[in-house]
Amino acid sequence: MPESNGHDAPRIGFYVCHCGHNIAGIVDVAAVAKFAGALPNVVVARDYKYMCSDPGQELITTDIRELKLNRIVVASCSPLLHEHTFRVATEKGGLNPFYFQMVNIRENVSWVSDDGKAATVKACDLVRAAVRRVAVHHPLETKRVRIHPDVLIVGGGISGIHAALTLANAGKKVTLVEREPTIGGHMAMFDKTFPTLDCAACILTPKMSAVKNHPNITLWSYSEVTEVSGYVGNYTVKVKRKPRYVSEELCVGCMECIDACVYKEGKTPDEFNQGLSKRKPVYIPFPQATPQVVLIDPETCIEFKSGRCKKTCVEKCDRDAIDFKQKEEIREIRVGAIILATGFKTFDAKRIPYYGYGKFPNVYTSIEVERLVNASGPTSGELILRDGRRPKTVGIIHCVGSRDKNTNRWCSRTCCMYSLKLAHLLKEHSHAEVYNFYIDIRAAGKAYEEFYDKLLEENIHFIRGRVAEVTDWCARPEEKDKLIIRVEDTMIGVVRRVPVDMVVLAVGMEPKEDAQDVRRMFNISCSTEGFFLERHPKLAPVDTFTDGIYIAGACQGPKDIPDSVAQAGAAAAQALSLIDAGEVELEPNTAYVVEEDCSGCKSCLAICPYTAISRDEAKQKAVINEALCKGCGTCVATCPSGAIRQHLFEDEQIFSEIQGLLEADEPILTGGQA
Amino acid sequence: MTTTAEQKNGWEPRIVAFFCNWCTYTAADLAGVSRLRHAPNARIIRVMCSGRLDPQFVLDAFARGADGVLVGGCHPGDCHYMEGNYKALRRVRLLERMLDAMGIHRDRFRLEWISAAEGEKVKTTINDMVARVRALGPLGLPGRFADWDREMEELAHAVAAHTEDVHA
Amino acid sequence: MSYLYFPGCSLRSTGRAYEESILAVFRKLQIPLTELEDWNCCGATAYVSIDENRAFTLAARNLAIAERMKTNGGGDLMAPCSACYLVLEKTQHYMETDDGVKQEVTAALRRGGLDYRGTTKVRHPLDILVNDIGLDRISKAVVHPMKGMNVCCYYGCQVVRPFETFDHAAYPVTMDRLVTALGGKSIDWPMKARCCGGSLTGTIQEAGLRLNRALLKEATARGANIILTCCPLCQHNLECYQKRINRRFGESLQMPIAYFTQFLGLALGIPPRELGIQRLFVPLPETDGKRKEVPAHA
Repeated sequence: MPESNGHDAPRIGFYVCHCGHNIAGIVDVAAVAKFAGALPNVVVARDYKYMCSDPGQELITTDIRELKLNRIVVASCSPLLHEHTFRVATEKGGLNPFYFQMVNIRENVSWVSDDGKAATVKACDLVRAAVRRVAVHHPLETKRVRIHPDVLIVGGGISGIHAALTLANAGKKVTLVEREPTIGGHMAMFDKTFPTLDCAACILTPKMSAVKNHPNITLWSYSEVTEVSGYVGNYTVKVKRKPRYVSEELCVGCMECIDACVYKEGKTPDEFNQGLSKRKPVYIPFPQATPQVVLIDPETCIEFKSGRCKKTCVEKCDRDAIDFKQKEEIREIRVGAIILATGFKTFDAKRIPYYGYGKFPNVYTSIEVERLVNASGPTSGELILRDGRRPKTVGIIHCVGSRDKNTNRWCSRTCCMYSLKLAHLLKEHSHAEVYNFYIDIRAAGKAYEEFYDKLLEENIHFIRGRVAEVTDWCARPEEKDKLIIRVEDTMIGVVRRVPVDMVVLAVGMEPKEDAQDVRRMFNISCSTEGFFLERHPKLAPVDTFTDGIYIAGACQGPKDIPDSVAQAGAAAAQALSLIDAGEVELEPNTAYVVEEDCSGCKSCLAICPYTAISRDEAKQKAVINEALCKGCGTCVATCPSGAIRQHLFEDEQIFSEIQGLLEADEPILTGGQA
Repeated sequence: MTTTAEQKNGWEPRIVAFFCNWCTYTAADLAGVSRLRHAPNARIIRVMCSGRLDPQFVLDAFARGADGVLVGGCHPGDCHYMEGNYKALRRVRLLERMLDAMGIHRDRFRLEWISAAEGEKVKTTINDMVARVRALGPLGLPGRFADWDREMEELAHAVAAHTEDVHA
Repeated sequence: MSYLYFPGCSLRSTGRAYEESILAVFRKLQIPLTELEDWNCCGATAYVSIDENRAFTLAARNLAIAERMKTNGGGDLMAPCSACYLVLEKTQHYMETDDGVKQEVTAALRRGGLDYRGTTKVRHPLDILVNDIGLDRISKAVVHPMKGMNVCCYYGCQVVRPFETFDHAAYPVTMDRLVTALGGKSIDWPMKARCCGGSLTGTIQEAGLRLNRALLKEATARGANIILTCCPLCQHNLECYQKRINRRFGESLQMPIAYFTQFLGLALGIPPRELGIQRLFVPLPETDGKRKEVPAHA
C-alpha cells in the first residue's frame, strides 16, 4: 500500500460522475474528464455512470493500488451528501481519507443550468480548483468521542411519550421534560381519534402511565429547558423545574384540596378546556393528568396575592403535600442525544375576522369542540353552546389558516380528517344538520377514504367552496338569530347563504410561538414556515443538521397521530444507533496554533465563542483546546501572524482553490477570456 | 482599457462565492434540488463558517481575475457557531472601505445572509449580482497588474540607461 | 405636513359637499393643501375596462404632475373620492409591477413632456386625518362632541380593497375610531365594506337598488341614525334612491347619509353651511338643537 506522507509529489486520480442523466444530461462529462486528465499532477481521469455505487467506488480503490495514487478528486453531487462515502472509499484503497476532495457539479451546476456549454465551463473551473487544492491536502486523524448513553426528550405529547418508551425499553435512561403540568399534549384534549373513533384518552392514558412507572424514565413535568451546551454525545442541559407549590412525592392526586379551596367555584378560564369552563387557583389540568399531582396558580391564589388566606386546602390535605414556600429549581443533566418533540399550536382564528371568532359566541375552533363533545369536558359531552342553545344546524369550515396566501400557505394535513370526525360526532350528539365547507377532501391515510365514504351515508352535507364570511346580517326572516355562512357552492355555481346555529372553524397547525427561541437554544434551523428543519425531507426526516439532535412529530411539520408516532419511533432509533455505536467520529477541521509563529498578541482569545483558546502565560503563546474547538475558523482569520491554522481549511488550501478557479489555461473551454 | 475588446469576445463575469457550510452552502444545494436555474457565473468555495473568511481571500480573488466576490453566511443570530457571522460582518465593512479606496466598485463585493431554507434567495442573489457586475464590465486586475509591471520595468530600464548623468 | 389635493370630477359636481367639507376641515386644522395643477379626470372605474394603457396614462398624468410639484415643496397626493383614490393607486401598482404598462405609459407621458419616476404617494383623507394628523390632535380640537349620533360607518369597497393600504379589507376600523374620538357612537355592522352598487344604480337599477336596500335596512335595524361615507358615489347611491327603494320594496327607510368630513367639521365647530350640510337630501338627526337647522344667513 502506498504510504503518503504529504511530501511526495501528488499523483491525483480524478473521477467525474454522470449520475445517470442528472449531471451528464447537461454537463459534457467526457470533456470534463479529458480536461482534468491534462491538468498538472493528474495521473488518471475517468468518467463513470454512478460513482457512489460499489463498482464506482471500486474504480477508486483499484486505481489507488495499481496506479500508486496519493490523492483523489471526485466530481459529482454535493459533499453534504457523499463526501463521507468517498472518503471511506479512499481509505479502503489504503490512503488517508482526507487526501480526498469533492466537486459539486450536480446541485451547484447541472441542476441549476440550462446552458450545457456554460455548465461545462463552470464544472471545469471547479475541477481545476479542486485539483489544485487536493495537491496541498495533509493526512488527518479523525477524533473519536464517546457517546453518553442517556437521552433527553423535550416535549411530552404522543411523540415524546412514544420515543421515551421506545428508548427506555431498550435500556436507555431517558429524561422527559414537559412544559405543561401534565404530559399528553394535544392528544389528551381530543375526544375520539380518526379513523377508528378510538377514544383518545383510552389509548393515550396507558402510555402516559407507562411513562410514569418506567424505571428508566425520569419525568420532569412543569419544567423547561433553559440552556444547552456541548456537542454530539456530550450535551450538558440545564432544566428549570417550575414550582407547583405542591410536593410531587407526597401528593396522591385525591383532589380534596380543590374541593376545599376557599373559592366556591372556579373563576379562571380553564386552559385545558380552552377557556370554555373555569378553574380554581388550585387545580389539576384533567383528572387523568400524569403525574397525578395538583398545582397552585400563584397569579390567582389568594394566599399569594394577600398572604391571608384561610388555607383550607392545607387543612384538608392529610399528606401535608402543599408547600407555599416551594422554589424554582435548576437541574443539570448530561446526555448523549436529544429528541425535540415539542408539538404545534393551533392557528389563531381571530386573524380571520370575517369568520367571526371572538365576535359571535357560537363560533368555535375545532379544538374547543373537541372539549365540548368530550364526556369529561366543560359540558360533560352535551352539545350546549355559549349562549345556552343546542344547535340544530352546524357549519364546519375547512382550511382556516391553511392553504391561504393571506395567512399560511401550507395544508395542515389533519383538518379534513378531523373535520369529518367532528361532523360525525356532532351529528351523533345532537342529530343536527351538519354542513362541511371544503376546498378538497384530503383523506390520504389508511382507512381514511373509507371513513369519508361512511360519512357520506350519514347524511352530512358537503359544500365545495371557500367560505367568504360568517355574518349575523339576516336577509330573510328564517335567518333571524342565526349565523349565516356565505359561500359560493362551486359545484353548482351558486352563491349560497346557509343559516346555522353553530360554526366550527377547522384551524390549521402552526409552529409553536417560541419555536425560533427553542431552535436557537438547540442550535438547529427552522424551515421558512417556522417548523424545525429536517436534514433531508425524504431521506432524513428526523435528523437535523446538528449531530445528536433529532426532531419528531408536529414540531417538524403538520401531521396526524400515526405519523407522529412513526417519527417518534424513527427518532428513537436514530438516537439508539448513535448511542449503541458507543463513539462518534468528529470532523477533524479544528484549529491549531503554530507556536513559533505566535506573537502572543492575544487577538484570538476573546474571539472564540466556545472559549477553546487560552493563553499559556509561561510561554506567552495562544493554546487551543482541541476538545472544545468546533472548527468554525474565525480565529484563523483573526490571527494577524497567521499562526493559527485550520485542518482541512488551511489558508494554503483555500488560496489554491481560488487560484484554480480563476486561472484559465484552456482557451477553447473558457470562451475567450485571457 | 481592454473592456470593449473583452466584451466583444463574449466576456462573462466571473464571481467567486464563499459560502458557509451550514446555511448558505446548504441553501445553494437546496436551489439545486429545487431546480432553481440561475446564472452560471458563480463559483462556490465552501468554508465551515463565514467567520473563516480572511479578507486576503477576497483580495486574492480580485487579484487573480475575479470580477466579483460574494460572501454568504447565516443570518445574524443564527450562526451555527454562534458569532462567526458577526466577525465576518465586521471584516466585510472594513474591507468595503478599503476596496472603495482602491477604486473597486461596491457592486463587485457583496455580503448576503442566506439561511439553509432560502434556496430561492441564492438564485436571486446570484442573478442580481451577475447582472450588476456585467453592467460594470470586467475588472481585469491580472491584465492591469501585468501592464503596470511592464511599465515599471521599462522605467527601470530607462533609468539604468542614463549612467552618465548620475551626478547631474 | 402639507398635501397636494386632487379633487377629481365628482367633487366639483354631485360631490360638492365633500370638497366643501374637506377644505373647511383642513383649513380649520391648519393643514396646507395645494390643488394639483392642471389635473385631469382619472378615468374612474369605467375607462380601465375599455383600454387599459390609455386609462393608466390618463391617471398617470396626474401622478407625474404631482411628482413634479413635489420637488417644489408639495407632499403626498390626497384623493378623497374613493374611485379616484383606487385608480391612482392601481396605476401606481401596475407601473411598478408590469413592465409592459410601465413602458407604454412612460413613453406616452414623455410625448406629453412629462416624466414619472414612481415617487408619488396616493393617500385618502381618512388615512391622512386619522394616521398622520392623529386622533389626539383632532379630539383636542373638538368643540361640539357628537353625542346622540349613532353612526354606521360605511367604507364602501374601493378604499380598502384590494390594496389594504391603511386598513383591513373586510373589517376596516379607521372611520369608526374617528367617530368615537369625536364623541359619537360607532355601531359595528357587517355591511360596512359591502358594495353599494357603484354605477349599477344607473345601468341595472334593480341590482343597485337591492344592494342599497340591504345596506340601509341593516343600518336602520342596528339602531343607526346616520350613515357616514367617504366616497361621493356611495353617498349618492345611499342617499338618492331611498324613496325609490321604499316604493319598490315597501320599506320606510329614512337615513341621513353624510360625508365623514361633514361630521368631523360639525364636531370642530365649523358652521354647517360651510360644510355643505344644506345639500343633504335627508336631514341630519334631531339630537341636538344646535345642528338641526341650517341658519339661513350663514
